[in-house]
Amino acid sequence: MTTVFGIPTQALFGQLLIGLINGSFYAMLSLGLSVIFGLLNIINFAHGAQYMMGAFAAYFLLQWAGLGYWWALVIAPIVVGLIGIVIERTMLKRLYALDHLYGLLLTFGLALVIQGLFRNQFGSSGLPFQIPPELTGGRNLGFMILPNYRAWVVVFSLVTCLATWYVIERTKLGAYLRAATENPSLVQAFGVNVPRMITLTYGFGVALAALAGVLAAPIYQVNPLMGADLIIVVFAVVVIGGMGSIAGSIITGFALGIVEGLTKVFYPEASNTVIFVIMALVLLVRPTGLFGRDR
Amino acid sequence: MLKRIAIVLAALLALGPAAALAQISDGVIKIGVLNDQSSLYADLAGMGSVVAARMAVEDFGADKKGMKVEIVSADHQNKADVGSSIARQWYDVDKVDVIVDVPNSGVALAVNQITRDKGKALLVSGAATADLTGKACSPNTIHWTYDTWALANGTGNAIVKTGGDTWFFITADYAFGHALERDVEAVVIKNGGKVLGKVRHPLNTADFSSFLLQAQSSKAKIVGLANAGGDTTNSIKQAAEFGIVKGGQSLAGLLVFITDVHGLGLPTAQGLIFTETFYWDLNDKTRAFGKRFAERDKGIHPTMIHAGVYSAVTHYLKAVEALKSDDGTKVIAKMKEMPTDDPLFGKGTVRADGRKIHPAYLVEVKKPSESKAPWDYYKIRATIPADQAFRPLDQGDCPLVKK
Repeated sequence: MTTVFGIPTQALFGQLLIGLINGSFYAMLSLGLSVIFGLLNIINFAHGAQYMMGAFAAYFLLQWAGLGYWWALVIAPIVVGLIGIVIERTMLKRLYALDHLYGLLLTFGLALVIQGLFRNQFGSSGLPFQIPPELTGGRNLGFMILPNYRAWVVVFSLVTCLATWYVIERTKLGAYLRAATENPSLVQAFGVNVPRMITLTYGFGVALAALAGVLAAPIYQVNPLMGADLIIVVFAVVVIGGMGSIAGSIITGFALGIVEGLTKVFYPEASNTVIFVIMALVLLVRPTGLFGRDR
Repeated sequence: MLKRIAIVLAALLALGPAAALAQISDGVIKIGVLNDQSSLYADLAGMGSVVAARMAVEDFGADKKGMKVEIVSADHQNKADVGSSIARQWYDVDKVDVIVDVPNSGVALAVNQITRDKGKALLVSGAATADLTGKACSPNTIHWTYDTWALANGTGNAIVKTGGDTWFFITADYAFGHALERDVEAVVIKNGGKVLGKVRHPLNTADFSSFLLQAQSSKAKIVGLANAGGDTTNSIKQAAEFGIVKGGQSLAGLLVFITDVHGLGLPTAQGLIFTETFYWDLNDKTRAFGKRFAERDKGIHPTMIHAGVYSAVTHYLKAVEALKSDDGTKVIAKMKEMPTDDPLFGKGTVRADGRKIHPAYLVEVKKPSESKAPWDYYKIRATIPADQAFRPLDQGDCPLVKK
């Protein structure tokens, strides 16, 4: 059997694929963060909590309304996105004129409060959520068994990421959004309702987080703390990709998933730290991130 | 004259209880519950252990006996440095007499040393490493509920003897995981089995697919999960996804708690076999305790860690009462001298190395169809008698044991 550094190539393929799957969560979450930062200049630390709320929304829909996974995929992002809009209208709105730090502190505090409330109510062991029957099982690829659900996650998140990128970078609506970040008062002068646009953008970013949460629910336990650790990694991804760069966050998300996957083969003990090592190196060489622009 | 007698009487009365409890520092027995209250071990220990300690104090009737008992608690966040500084603060400033629970072996080993240096008392229920009664044993520590040796002996033996002779370990990369892996490996090899590989993951990992894939390609018959709490539930859940069990391999959850089974749900957890030293549905006394506990802990039924805290605090208070002192070293010595007896673990003893002795149970998780009520989760497959459940006294290398 052919080997690379003592690891059979077949096993390596498996690990690369797994990395890609984990990368799709990083990509979706960092995309939402990038959209919010790019257009609102808010460092949304509540993103992990909103991801968790997405997963819980799926759980509640199933338990209380009897609506399964597919419904959750549509309803949970809308519900959590609306909560995001309320947060933006009542709290974040007041902070735009201030330093980034205030937004960060507010959203960080919100995240702690939300996670604390959920933990108090639902404990820390998590709640069960099954894979939808249509996607159970897996197919044998020769070098590994690929669970159907994971394949679905990769495809779905790739499509979502590309669609988001297309809307922001290639459509008229996206052009408005980007113009509004450069010069809000000028865009407003052209008759565009900038505050409403910003509100909807935040709602959209939050909805993306919730969508990732629904995708994650059948894989991980639906757990009040599921976003707390992830958000730190995702921030590292955003920093490596370049704050506010849409394409950068998508590419870096997938790439770092793969790097992390490989670390789990060669030196698993370091799999929690490898992303932060890369972040430190990137910050030393390119402080604006791999795809970032100087502002 | 009468007035003078009254004054003397009043003075005597005032002095009375104080004189009786002259050896209790500050007149208060202060119990500190130290554990993870916010992360992956918060349900299996956490505030539930505080509830258990409180129930032990109430059931003991401390108030009626004129003993003043206070309970404080704190979150060590699974960090040895945080746990150590809380322990020091408690012992030095807050006058805490005994620390109980301390899940997370890394933290427990650190607090074990501090307790010994300060001459206080430590009753471990949550932590697993058998080193607490082995090379790290201390005259100030009792290891109450279970340990890695007992888990290895119960689960490991049962699995190897039914044909599971090749193993791959997925191990939490800290003191607990290492100890559990070491003890199970010893059992596997002793019974003629082989360990084909192992991988170590950081504590509190979300995604295990990479490790499961390595386990799968090892072709080992048994994938041993030397981790706990959220790490175990995530491993089990994702193992189902990757078809580990369908592919002919079996999972061995080496440390699983009833709260983990509850979180996984029976469809995923059914058929798992593991070792526990307590189950709420063992007999009338444990059922009564389970019911009372659940009412006070948001419906969560007690884990063996919660039961261990109750039992340990009960025995501690008995020893303090008998000794009329809360001096840490003396109380621990008294606790080893006195036989234990409580509704949850029955009669038992505490050995010279600090090991509490009671039976262990090999349990199997029920199928969804067999479970009649919420939290009705286990079938007892075998009872391991007290004298076989724990590591023999002479094999632990504990310096307190004379050879």
